[in-house]
Amino acid sequence: MQQTRDSIKDIWGERTPYYGSWPERVDERTLEEPERWVQSACVLCSNDCAMDIGVKDGKIVGVRGRAVDRVNRGRLGPKGLHGWEANNSPDRLKFPMVRKNGKLERATWNEAMDLIVRRSKEIVKSHTASAIGFYTTGQLFIEEYYTLGVIGKAGLGTPHMDGNTRLCTATAAASLMESFGSDGQPGSYTDLDTTELIMLVGHNMSNTQTVLWARILDRLEGPNPPAIVVIDPRKTWTADKASVHLAPRVGTNVAVLNGLEHLLIESGNIDTEFIEQHTTGFEALKKALSSYTPDAVEKITGIPSGDLLRAAELIGRAKSMVSTCLQGVYQSMQATASACQVNNIHLLRGMLGREGCGILQMNGQPTAQNTRETGCDGALPAFRNWDNPDHIEELARIWNVDPVIIPHWSPPTHAMQIFRYCEQGSIKMLWVSATNPAVSMPDLARMRAILDKHDLFLVVQDAFLTETSHRADVLLPAAIWGEKTGTFTNVDRTVHISHKAVDPPGEARPDLDIFLDYARRMDFKDKDGQPLIKWGDPEGAFEAWKECTKGKMCDYSGMTYEKLSQGSGIQWPCNEKFPDGANHIYTDFVFNTSYENCETFGHDLDTGAVTSPQEYKAIDPKGKAWLRAADYHPPHEVPDGEYPFWLTTGRVVYHFHTRTKTGRSRQLYDAAPDAFVQIPEADASRLGIKEGDWLEVTSRRGMVQVQAKIGRIEPGQLFIPFHYGYWDGDFRPRAANELTITEWDPVSKQPHFKYAAVNISKISPQQLSEDPDKEKHRGVFQSIGSLIDTISGAILIGGKH
Amino acid sequence: MFIANYLGLLHGSEIHLRDSLKKVAEHHKNEPDIEYICKMLASWSEVHIQNLERFLKQYEEHKESEPDKLQHSLFQGTRKGGLGLLRDLHDLYLLASEVELSYMVILQASQALRDKELENFCRDSVKETERQVNWLKTRIKQSAPQSLVAAG
Ligand code: SF4
Repeated sequence: MQQTRDSIKDIWGERTPYYGSWPERVDERTLEEPERWVQSACVLCSNDCAMDIGVKDGKIVGVRGRAVDRVNRGRLGPKGLHGWEANNSPDRLKFPMVRKNGKLERATWNEAMDLIVRRSKEIVKSHTASAIGFYTTGQLFIEEYYTLGVIGKAGLGTPHMDGNTRLCTATAAASLMESFGSDGQPGSYTDLDTTELIMLVGHNMSNTQTVLWARILDRLEGPNPPAIVVIDPRKTWTADKASVHLAPRVGTNVAVLNGLEHLLIESGNIDTEFIEQHTTGFEALKKALSSYTPDAVEKITGIPSGDLLRAAELIGRAKSMVSTCLQGVYQSMQATASACQVNNIHLLRGMLGREGCGILQMNGQPTAQNTRETGCDGALPAFRNWDNPDHIEELARIWNVDPVIIPHWSPPTHAMQIFRYCEQGSIKMLWVSATNPAVSMPDLARMRAILDKHDLFLVVQDAFLTETSHRADVLLPAAIWGEKTGTFTNVDRTVHISHKAVDPPGEARPDLDIFLDYARRMDFKDKDGQPLIKWGDPEGAFEAWKECTKGKMCDYSGMTYEKLSQGSGIQWPCNEKFPDGANHIYTDFVFNTSYENCETFGHDLDTGAVTSPQEYKAIDPKGKAWLRAADYHPPHEVPDGEYPFWLTTGRVVYHFHTRTKTGRSRQLYDAAPDAFVQIPEADASRLGIKEGDWLEVTSRRGMVQVQAKIGRIEPGQLFIPFHYGYWDGDFRPRAANELTITEWDPVSKQPHFKYAAVNISKISPQQLSEDPDKEKHRGVFQSIGSLIDTISGAILIGGKH
Repeated sequence: MFIANYLGLLHGSEIHLRDSLKKVAEHHKNEPDIEYICKMLASWSEVHIQNLERFLKQYEEHKESEPDKLQHSLFQGTRKGGLGLLRDLHDLYLLASEVELSYMVILQASQALRDKELENFCRDSVKETERQVNWLKTRIKQSAPQSLVAAG
């Protein structure tokens, strides 16, 4: 084995201190000497580090970072260096399977697709397309999403399409729309190279995007290091580097941010000319903020007023500033309202659209940006507005269909509502691609019951048996990254191409081919009787996507597969004006808020009520950004006598999503083999809990049993990582989402994973309960026949507990 | 002068709206957005009801006997399922619209009375009533197609 560094031990690697231009450092790890390298980018977090895939004898044998790329300049983190091993995992799904007499049995592609098409047609006939839903992911490629989007919106015409991006990135989109009129990130990674201050809100970057964090670590060791402000209830590695760390009580982000805004206005550290010329809503905001004095904020959040003042002073003094938000904002109370307050801070100080100034409303997953852009998450493609008839007309023209087929009579259905409709029986067919709701959704007992419903026809497209896929009526084996070609975009709008390096195992097929096959068999037609989907390969799909985005903010029209295959990834907008992409958007401070351009007419941040087109016309800010005010509201579930602790959930550095990939790399597996509960020292000693003790954690929804890790968390709070489910063995209940609430932000509809009231009690190892998903071993694992050995191999990796 | 009667009508409607919102929140718990948003909207009505008391007292002596028949009950009780939810929201919408209209009526009267405090109270409260109405409209629009077309 060759490796340039041990990323398991040293997560971020050696420092390359700098200011201005981030030096290269190429990280590489191969198990054998590759015969050739194939250009790609990593899909194990939202950073999208560019890499080359090393191939030997038709197998992936390693990866190395691409020095030429603007995103990572050659670096790769532990997941990137190790995660590719999942491709070679012996327990990949190799054949389609169809449920017969309660068991999944091997089938041909023809049988499986034929069944899906038959059921689709029956359901559409008797219940309309509104009885069919799609639940996709943040891990496919643009080409696949766009094709699926056209199938759903112009082929079937169902309003029920969403992705698991609802769980990770919906608030990023919602807050950008509320502040700037449309989605589209007003930041660039290069802003980090010169900025004077970085504010991380609810974003544990050291764990979630390790290579981006390395960029900041390098700035901190170079000349003119930036000040760092961290807002996070936990004492994370990120917080360790903070100039000021504000650790608020769970669910109080709005109060903290309001407090900062209040201080900025009070001290006059705002750009009044910018506010005057480029924003609307200042007076109302100022009024709403007036009660958020440092003392009032301390009462709500527990943050000492001196700390808040220090943070406001740093922010007020900085001449440039970058802010990032992630799940600590998006999956908590008043998610959209809080993220909008971060946007406000930049607007109040005129800190965007130029070098060193930007907002990164982060994505959780590698291609989540594209789920949003292409319309697979409910929005319409290329940031079009479902409530604007002109935008619908435009889409209908591009697709050559009658506008009435495109569902636009009400807001697109969000994931949580899709599952609710499944529960109630009005959605009768659900097609899940590349995601695992049986572990990642809140309130798992309820989720399992929904997926197990007999009257729900469940199609799952995945590379592995998961807690979700073993419940399928039809299970389609999918090719994954490295086995297919496509493009995707990260949070700084950089688009990468990932080329096919090897063949998929067995009969597994690229998701694009599966969707194209479905469209063909369903015989979707355009207005002239021609096939609705006019492409048959990734490049054709990309060309169609370019046409859909031409002239829109996320303009891809200047890119080609060839151009993307040359050096660095390219930022959108990329068109005639910006042939090599643009580092910043909104450089003229004209935002997408005019009636004609905006992606939304806005919402009431407390209730989610939509503003009507007529109302919007009356208040059209014509390019000025919205300063959105929000009052703090206490969380809906708070600790009480019965459930005295706050639970918050999140990631660990070595894993991603539900570990379907990272759990199949031996070293990542060993680095973080099991769920745990992090408990504050004070509470642990009060309750006589020692490191490694077994604890039962209960909420009103369910229970998990996990071992204790002591320290680095504020008193009264607990943390459990959300990656761990049940696919890799027989376990006691351990998935964090057994405990979480089915509840969501009123605007972005993102679920509240970040707080739930829980209780803990000590148990002995003999008291561990049964695996809540033990059916999997009877239901599927036994019925795959030829796969059975490798499945038990996977269980062996997991180890019995 | 019938202002006291109309204040009474508004008071009754706000109470009716608050109680119905709470009932719907309780009954449709499986729709989690319904539960907490209806509770929040009920708390807004609660504040209106409390603030109304002093105006009721202030105009009490002017109360006439006639328009009591204006009081009528819209909301009968909660129903089950997707269609039931739609019907419940439909009723809530009518209730909230009634409150909204009552504020408009009293707002007009308060100006003729030169009662600045009553006028301000109406202006502030009706803003929240409008938000209640808007949310109900948004939610109704969302559930209507599914309940009427795909269900069953
Ligand atoms: S930081 Fe993210 S994209 Fe980069 S190598 Fe790590 S997991 Fe992959």
